Amino acid sequence: MLKEDDHLKKLAENFSTNLKKSGASESSVLISNSISESVNIRNKKLDGSTRSDSLNVVLTAYVGKKKSSISSSNLDESHINELIKKCVETAKITPEDELNSLPDSELYFKGAKNLDLYDETFIENSKKIDFIKEAEEQAFKKKEIVNTNGSGFSQNKSNFVLANSNGFIDGYKSSNFSAYCEVVAKSNGSMERDYEYSSKRFFKDLLEPKEIGKKASELAISKLKPRKIKSKKMKVVFDKRIAKNFLSSFASAINSSTIAKGTTFLKNRLNTQIFNNKINIIDKPDIIKGSGSRYFDIEGTSVNKLNLVENGVLKNYLIDTYNGKKINMKSNGRASGTTNLYFENGNEDYKNLINSDKEIVYINETFGRGANIITGDYSVGASGFMVENGEFVYPISEITIAGNLNDIFSKMILGNDLEFNYSTNSPSILIDDLTIGGI
Amino acid sequence: MSNFLKNKNLNYEKAQSLINNTLVDCDDGELYLEDTKSESILLDDNKIKSSSFKRDTGYGLRGVTEDKVAYSHSNDISEKSLEMSCDNIKSTLKHSKGKYNHSINKTNQKFYDELDPIENKSLETKIELLKEINQYARSKDESVKQVTANFLGEHKNIEILRPGGELFTDSRPLVRINVSILVEKNGRKETAMYGVGGRQSYDNYLKNDDWKKICDEAFRMAYTNLESKPSPAGEMKVVLGPGWPAILIHEAVGHGLEGDFNRKKTSVFHDLVGKKVASDGVTIIDDGTIDKRRGSLNIDDEGTPTEKTVLIENGILKNFMQDRMNARLMKTNSTGNGRRESYKHVIMPRMRNTIMLNGNNTQEEMIKSVDKGIFAVSFGGGQVDITSGKFVFNCTEAYEIVNGKIGSPLKGATLIGDGPSSLKQVLMVGNDMKLDPGIGTCGKAGQGVPVGVGQPSMLIDNMTVGGTQL
Repeated sequence: MLKEDDHLKKLAENFSTNLKKSGASESSVLISNSISESVNIRNKKLDGSTRSDSLNVVLTAYVGKKKSSISSSNLDESHINELIKKCVETAKITPEDELNSLPDSELYFKGAKNLDLYDETFIENSKKIDFIKEAEEQAFKKKEIVNTNGSGFSQNKSNFVLANSNGFIDGYKSSNFSAYCEVVAKSNGSMERDYEYSSKRFFKDLLEPKEIGKKASELAISKLKPRKIKSKKMKVVFDKRIAKNFLSSFASAINSSTIAKGTTFLKNRLNTQIFNNKINIIDKPDIIKGSGSRYFDIEGTSVNKLNLVENGVLKNYLIDTYNGKKINMKSNGRASGTTNLYFENGNEDYKNLINSDKEIVYINETFGRGANIITGDYSVGASGFMVENGEFVYPISEITIAGNLNDIFSKMILGNDLEFNYSTNSPSILIDDLTIGGI
Repeated sequence: MSNFLKNKNLNYEKAQSLINNTLVDCDDGELYLEDTKSESILLDDNKIKSSSFKRDTGYGLRGVTEDKVAYSHSNDISEKSLEMSCDNIKSTLKHSKGKYNHSINKTNQKFYDELDPIENKSLETKIELLKEINQYARSKDESVKQVTANFLGEHKNIEILRPGGELFTDSRPLVRINVSILVEKNGRKETAMYGVGGRQSYDNYLKNDDWKKICDEAFRMAYTNLESKPSPAGEMKVVLGPGWPAILIHEAVGHGLEGDFNRKKTSVFHDLVGKKVASDGVTIIDDGTIDKRRGSLNIDDEGTPTEKTVLIENGILKNFMQDRMNARLMKTNSTGNGRRESYKHVIMPRMRNTIMLNGNNTQEEMIKSVDKGIFAVSFGGGQVDITSGKFVFNCTEAYEIVNGKIGSPLKGATLIGDGPSSLKQVLMVGNDMKLDPGIGTCGKAGQGVPVGVGQPSMLIDNMTVGGTQL
């Protein structure tokens, strides 16, 4: 059973008291509990099940401006008391950093918790197996599907409490249900895999299993018999499932820790044009049932909607307490990163994007590190399709795509097909003049 | 007798009887107990940014029957919790009946000492040394704008309890020291990271001012890249330097030779044993037995003694890497490659130290033979699609080769290739085999485990380079 708030709060209060007794001038305690259960199947048969039950504490002690933290999965009182002493002792010998502090009191979360982040539904393992079997059965209806890499269903429930010596003590439960199906298609010596997945806070919001299986099989089959293409500069359309990676790179580049250290190509670009003037980027923590929704960050700071980019202009960074002090800005509750991050819908119809030139490359899978946040240089391995006059003509693979994010951001054009499937979401994106490395 | 159950709400006899009772109808399985201490001390931006310590203890109970695995883990080592796990395992496996296989060889082999690297060096001296590293690195040149240095230490103790009283233990030290340097000159910024590590105390890597070499190397790479020009795009010849570039071996063939993908027939290599998969002269092993290396283990996480496994011999595919379950299903023996990140994770076949052995050529010959190509010396990470065989890795230090001579440094680019065909395109194998400096972590299905790689210089006929210049 997931531990209830009262139980976690009591533990947190005990640990806080002991931290103070042991000589910490300020402290914070984070106790988290999660229980997850998953099943995996392969070729429509049970492959395995996993149950995990974990309870973990992270203690942070401040001694003046000195700081140290300890985490442990052993919550026995005597063990924790030993660790608390060690934590305070370690803090004492750690050099001072004048920026170390808890968040300012007025920034703590105080509001109501009404975002529907927890679904009590409990799905028995047999029902999990039935769900994901249905997905594979659907996938196997296609004759090219000869095998699966495995498909799975998992149910995660977690609860946590954060307490600090400024009097903040709060926490909440959240849940996540997810299902994926990864199948292997084979034809005349060519073998390709692809997947589809769905992940939601509430069980009943998951994609239908049949839809998951159908999509996975269609994607894998469509990749069979890929060709390599000639190296050249071309228009490239990025499928939604990978277009969102540009948002992740953007988020890394405007994180206050990289800004403060100067290790980002977007340093000193606040209030300047980064994207074309039709593009808006929003980070919205209060979407009902949102995958990335949260009430406050890991420091207890409340989170509000941020317009990161307005009409193409960079308006905000993602800021935590420590790095905020370094750049003279207040935390906006992003110590845990972004929440629900998305591009607002663009104007272009998907069909116009893929028909924007006689020949374009459509990419639905990239791999490799991708972007170098310091220089903005971007280079990935990729696979997808050749599109001629708006028609998908054949799959392509073993190619590379390269450019620089400064240039990519300034010329990207957004489709109007945004959907909220993940915590970071993008419509399809068209980028002109990217270098394709092939034959 | 188990040390782990001292002071716990679970005694040894009770634990034994619970696992005997739960695993009696299984083919295999065990109770895995783990107690891991780890620390991270980070200097960043002229300050000690964090000093943190972590203690993680817990158990994982696994039952395996036929090709089904039931796993239940918790950090609560108690009778009540273990009983719940036993019920969970039984309910998953209730429809199948196996025959428990007791055979695991005992071993006395030791490739690292029993030591706790965290306690072995005081926090004060670690902090002082980080400060010294920071000062030294910043004093190297006025272009140095940022220095990040990190000490990571770990001491993992494990016990594996199997039905019938079988008990296996291991005590594993692991350290890693990283330095990353950002340089800026004429408006250009570049960064580079270098690190060292393995299964011994920090001091083995720091003594005689060896830590200066870590800074020197990070600085050299970053400074070199200030002059880098855009990489070319398209297919060309590639010379790989010795050591760390063996990440290519790890991605191109290593993952594809792990037993699970081949048992499931989802790897491009599954029907190629005994067939030619690489050029003559290419021999690749996976070795868990090299003294104090990051990827070495006395026993794997199922209790099987590790060994030196020949994967490819003179171009012919010989063996896959196996854990117990995949070995049983493929009617062969475990090669001691059954690994897991922690008690929170299931066993999978994983690499240890994956190495290409020496050939006869020199690096000089290779470079001379190339009219237009690239010379890749260092890499960031890599990734592979097991099913299609396509793999990528990212150069962090590379040079153009023009008419048999090394030219300008090139900007970091992704290289992409096809696993089964790329090793057939090896034209020369060098005589300068080197192991990596000991910082590799391999990710698979969400689990990270420490690994090593090694290779001599190598010339590959054709790979696609992901630059911007046509």
